[in-house]
Amino acid sequence: MTDVRYTKDHEYIRINGDIGQIGISDYAQKQLGDVVFVELPQVGASFGKGDQAAVVESVKAASEVYAPVSGDVVEVNSDLEGAPASVNEDPLGQGWFLKIKLADKGELDSLMDEAAYRDFLKTLD
Amino acid sequence: MQIRRELDVLQRLEFRCPMSQSESLSPPVLNVTPLHALHVRLHARMAGFAGWDMPIQYADGLIAEHKWTRQNAGLFDVSHMGQIILEGAGAIAALERLVAADIADLAENRTRYAQFLNNDGGIIDDLMVTRLPAAAGIERLFLVVNAGRKAVDVAHLAQSLQGSGIDMQVLNERALIALQGPRAVEALKDRLPGIEAMAFMSFMTIGAALITRSGYTGEDGYEISLPASQIDAFANDLLDDERVKLAGLGARDSLRLEAGLCLYGHDIDESTSPVEAGLAWSIGKRRRIGGGFAGAERIQRELRDGPARKRIGLLLEGRQPAREGAQITTTDGEIVGVVTSGSFAPSLERCIAMGYVALPHAGDDTQLHIIVRGKALPARIVPMPFVPHNYIR
Repeated sequence: MTDVRYTKDHEYIRINGDIGQIGISDYAQKQLGDVVFVELPQVGASFGKGDQAAVVESVKAASEVYAPVSGDVVEVNSDLEGAPASVNEDPLGQGWFLKIKLADKGELDSLMDEAAYRDFLKTLD
Repeated sequence: MQIRRELDVLQRLEFRCPMSQSESLSPPVLNVTPLHALHVRLHARMAGFAGWDMPIQYADGLIAEHKWTRQNAGLFDVSHMGQIILEGAGAIAALERLVAADIADLAENRTRYAQFLNNDGGIIDDLMVTRLPAAAGIERLFLVVNAGRKAVDVAHLAQSLQGSGIDMQVLNERALIALQGPRAVEALKDRLPGIEAMAFMSFMTIGAALITRSGYTGEDGYEISLPASQIDAFANDLLDDERVKLAGLGARDSLRLEAGLCLYGHDIDESTSPVEAGLAWSIGKRRRIGGGFAGAERIQRELRDGPARKRIGLLLEGRQPAREGAQITTTDGEIVGVVTSGSFAPSLERCIAMGYVALPHAGDDTQLHIIVRGKALPARIVPMPFVPHNYIR
């Protein structure tokens, strides 16, 4: 049983024990358009909540991706190098960016669950 | 994340153009083209561009629209661009004082690329000039200018034509569409018979349509000006053709970059000269010698001595794109230039960029670095266009 939480900046984190898998939401990928490159951090890097963790590039623009919570990078999705379009095709699955070991599970409380995020999206546009 | 969309990048154009910037300080009431309802109905992502609410991409997305245009026919709404007619005795000579292109030599029903120049030889705007057939011996020219520079251009023309007796009409009641791609001719000739015989950079009228065989994608194609009242029916009829799909300003930008064409406000502006920009081919031979146009002193000096810097094309080694504003360095780290346009190139599946580099470092095959977020991306100077032009000759 996994638990997905979202930020107001459209990152998600999928919680599995003390590991969180981070990527961008379906809404975000639609807004960006065709993704052509993702700049990922090194395994071992540490992030505070809100630090820049990755950069996602569409054909014409670069957008920063921020860490939803604090933690250390334990794995990055190196498949994105050859297949950046999976961010568009399957943002919550194959299109994940990185996995972190959570520093403080309490930080998850500030994030939105699926239902709250859906409500939040209705307030945009 | 900070979502930056294709349109945010295109919008920077507005902030480069003083006129548009002052407009953007007033309440953001955007102009709409006569095809606006069509764009909305077809789920275009709309965005403000040079004061107009324009389609950036449709449901298929930028890459699909780009590739469709290279293989079939892409339909672009470019009604935001300025359409201007100059009419009267001396119109040709008057325009020749503002541009370095040879207009006197332009035959009737032919089109030529030109730039309005300031007194320092910088580019006020780039434009297409068509010599219309003279009516009762009166010279007539049809100009198409950039949306973001239309107000500047019209003021510039009005000032220089003052007291000349030459009439300037700004065709605000006309729409403009571009049909671009190798199948554009097939799709269009069923509707406008005769257009298939047109030469590249030539002009004809059919009914109220003003048609040039030209474009901004590197492909064969046409730009068609129609009265606003006729454009919706015409566009819908074209879209019934299986060869034709809509393409937005996003694909228009990636297509023109692959074709090595300049985007005003990015690759050329009031500080760049046509010689630096690699546009000297558009300066007529007679005019190089004779001068007699704004900025001639600088243009003639740069043609003689060479410019200090040059617009070049860069092919990046890796998959990470470089963007406008990124510094260009030698492989030793010496700063020698700056990127003015950069993108993933859908036709090449590589990243490409355009920029200015100091002349000693501007030769083909020179290995350089582009600095992106502190990282040096290897790149090589390659001749432009990046993707061969596919014009009818």
